[in-house]
Amino acid sequence: MKETILLLALTFFMIAIALLLYRVIVGPSMPDRAIALDTIGVNLISAIAIVSIVLSTKAFLEAILILGILAFIGTIAFSKYIERGTIVDRKGDS
Amino acid sequence: MTAKEILEWVAVLLVLFGSIISVISAFGLIKLPDVYTRSHAATKSSTLAVLACLLGAFIYFWSHDGYVSIRLILGIIFVFITAPVAGHLICRAAYRSRVQLADGSGDDALKPLLFDGDIAEPTTVVLSDEETDAEEK
Repeated sequence: MKETILLLALTFFMIAIALLLYRVIVGPSMPDRAIALDTIGVNLISAIAIVSIVLSTKAFLEAILILGILAFIGTIAFSKYIERGTIVDRKGDS
Repeated sequence: MTAKEILEWVAVLLVLFGSIISVISAFGLIKLPDVYTRSHAATKSSTLAVLACLLGAFIYFWSHDGYVSIRLILGIIFVFITAPVAGHLICRAAYRSRVQLADGSGDDALKPLLFDGDIAEPTTVVLSDEETDAEEK
């Protein structure tokens, strides 16, 4: 019973990721795509948590931290690129 | 039912609650009209979904294995801190790259301060159907 509920929750997260993928592909502007990608990363974190419960292993818990950090840095880089047109500023070069 | 079983059920129901909130947040991202309202759906409810899900995983490992996972606590704190920051930065970048507000929005008090006398066309907005038709003609 518990495992069925957990798999149902995993299915819900996958449905959410599929809906967000529609926004990534169609999204009328670049910030739309960046927001949807950030939300996909955040949903993947919870999917990994559910998988590690179902498999009853603790080996995936590092992946949660890494994925959270990568999603955050990716969103920061996207927003800076959208706003200024560059990611890494060099002195005297701008 | 022992206390251990009750704690496991609480964890599983927290995970289910988080997944339902996540689907609602994804529907918000599909249905809302422009970037600013979409970021509202994406940052708030999606953060709540992830917090509920990770808290459920934490309680499950705690009751089932007696294992207090520092990594899950760190993940919860990290997501809780960074999701609003990311939403704010994306909204700021969207406004400064002149993504237009949806029709029916109220006053735009920031526009005369940022783009005063600057009536350049928005750069990242996709042309609407009428404009593309006019270009083709």
